[in-house]
Amino acid sequence: MAAKDLFQELKFRDPVRARALSEAIGHEVAALGRRVSVMHVCGSHEQAIARFGLRAVLPPDLELIMGPGCPVCVTDGPEVDEAVALAVQGARVCTYGDMLRLPGTARSLADAQAEGAKVDVVYSVSQALELAEKHPEDEVVFLGSGFETTAVATAAVALASPPRNFSILSVHKYVPAAMNVVAESPETNIEGYIAAGHAAIITGWGIFEPFAARTGKPVVVAGFEPLDILAAILKLTELMRAGKPEVANVYPRCVTKEGNLAAQRSLWKVFRPVTGRWRGIAEVRDGNLDLTAEFAHLDARKRFRIDTAPVRDDEAEEAAKGCICGSIMLGLANPGDCALFGKTCVPESPVGACMVSSEGQCRIWHTYGGVPDLRKVGT
Amino acid sequence: MEKPAARIGLKHGSGGRAMRQLIEDVFLTLASPVDGIGLSALDDGAAIRVGDRWLVITTDSHVVHPIFFPGGDIGRLSVSGTVNDLAMMGATEPLGLTCAVVLEEGFPRADLERVVASMRETAREANAPIVTGDTKVMGKGEVDGIVLNTTGVALAERVVSDAGLRAGDLVIVTGTIGDHGMAIMSRRHDLRLEGDLCSDVAPLNGLVREALRAGGEDVVAMKDPTRGGVAGVLHEMAAKGKVGIVIDETALPVRDEVRAAGEMIGIDPLLVANEGKAVIGVRARSADKVLAALRAHPLGASATVIATAIGERPGAVILDTGFGKRMLAEPEGELLPRIC
Repeated sequence: MAAKDLFQELKFRDPVRARALSEAIGHEVAALGRRVSVMHVCGSHEQAIARFGLRAVLPPDLELIMGPGCPVCVTDGPEVDEAVALAVQGARVCTYGDMLRLPGTARSLADAQAEGAKVDVVYSVSQALELAEKHPEDEVVFLGSGFETTAVATAAVALASPPRNFSILSVHKYVPAAMNVVAESPETNIEGYIAAGHAAIITGWGIFEPFAARTGKPVVVAGFEPLDILAAILKLTELMRAGKPEVANVYPRCVTKEGNLAAQRSLWKVFRPVTGRWRGIAEVRDGNLDLTAEFAHLDARKRFRIDTAPVRDDEAEEAAKGCICGSIMLGLANPGDCALFGKTCVPESPVGACMVSSEGQCRIWHTYGGVPDLRKVGT
Repeated sequence: MEKPAARIGLKHGSGGRAMRQLIEDVFLTLASPVDGIGLSALDDGAAIRVGDRWLVITTDSHVVHPIFFPGGDIGRLSVSGTVNDLAMMGATEPLGLTCAVVLEEGFPRADLERVVASMRETAREANAPIVTGDTKVMGKGEVDGIVLNTTGVALAERVVSDAGLRAGDLVIVTGTIGDHGMAIMSRRHDLRLEGDLCSDVAPLNGLVREALRAGGEDVVAMKDPTRGGVAGVLHEMAAKGKVGIVIDETALPVRDEVRAAGEMIGIDPLLVANEGKAVIGVRARSADKVLAALRAHPLGASATVIATAIGERPGAVILDTGFGKRMLAEPEGELLPRIC
């Protein structure tokens, strides 16, 4: 991002306007007259909320919860095993930094790397492509993680006829599925959703209309600055009070109803939604993005016989260690409820996935002091 | 709790929790009682009572990559660092500095002369004579370029510790924060950031002299926010003074280019090292006087009150972002830029 754009964005950090918004939210929640919970499903939203201490300016009767909004965190152990197995089998595995320490059922890619496997951290899929060009002797496998925002970048590379020694192991996830999994959870009491603005840039806000109609809950698409988030919460509480399960877009400077049609075309040409397990949660209908038949030649799962048996631990059970990442990701608990948080589970030696990724709620809370909600501190 | 690591990591030298833990676990076994402030106080230096005055001693080894950086070099850093550590104890008139240097075989003589010239100039600026030294050369690869150690001694009438904060005191920072560390990081990681990122490295004894002259006994805590940044210093002051500290984030003096660089690489200027700034705790009644004295000095023109000590939550540092409040985490390890 250029410095000029950055200063434009910083305009959305005006504390005076924030106070006006938080007062208006207080008014709406008071008018609702009961305790309500709303959810966002995005690590970048949680970063801004925790970074700016936004929960402290929300009325006590409004609970703002993070849902399964960290695509790295929901990547399942057996999916990591596939990447570890490929690395152990001799492929050069490239992936984003967050994925390196994500545990499989027994080992992480960082473990494989320490044991001598070729594992490279890349900052973009095109860097993985460059590695494939530079190392024609290696089979370069890009472990593609992230929601549709990053899946689009992976798709662009797939469409650009990459070299023959390049393939993709997709663990990409699909945002609308993340919201479905919460809405369908019998324990949930979420009354409204904040959708991630960057994913909606691709898919358009219209994609949430069927969800709102089916669940009867409003959805507001939001950007990532403090005022964006407060404006989204205000809009959400207004829709809740009016009893309107509609979709609203408070990020119009970036998001349209239709989204980026060219990006959608490439996304759905290369990927298709399939049902799969999300770590700590369950089977998620249409939650994973797999390569389509047309791109089977780039699909590492089709190109290689991946034998995970040597790197797998079928007995592995994270919950046995007392980790409650699953409940945290479903919004049923927060990091403060976990006995391990900040004690045995810290960024340097994480127990659960939510402490590994910079998009994970535990990691974010830890970074911003562990207790993001300080409504009562004086002065 | 975690078991201590079997080997030393970079985090053990980065001024945060890991380093403090290592010092407490290992080096504090060296501490013995002294008449004054000794090792166990973990202050910027030691102060030993001599008659009715205090002998203040401090030592610091300097390593920096690159050794020449925008706004300074390792020579200026080594003199400023020690002069500043003395000043933070209230000793603004250094009697003498030592200079011990470890060089790697093959180190360019021209670079060494440039470093020494810079030391000479900075020592003159601080009125701190360099009075003795030591030179060692190690084989190629046995040390990285140059390691510079300086030790300083001074006499002081009154020692200012970093433990003196009480509820109601105000905390001043003497200028913009994050300049040094952000300039170094930008250069080290070749971030090619726009704007002028420039280290603030400077000897602060003249500036601190003005603050002490204006505030007298009401200057109750001082520390220079080097590694670990202002966040690290405030954590120490909160823990040692047994107070909570609430930072007004909107009041923090941060240059636009440092703010922008921090946003881009995901590093909070509060955590970034400074080499020409002091954090000064004062009784509220003297804050205006001290602030005016600081602002009248060229190195203190943008001095500002940034925080308040409170009685609640002793040991905690709270950040009021202007939107809401949250806890400010203690710096933990090496700062690594997020690159995206």
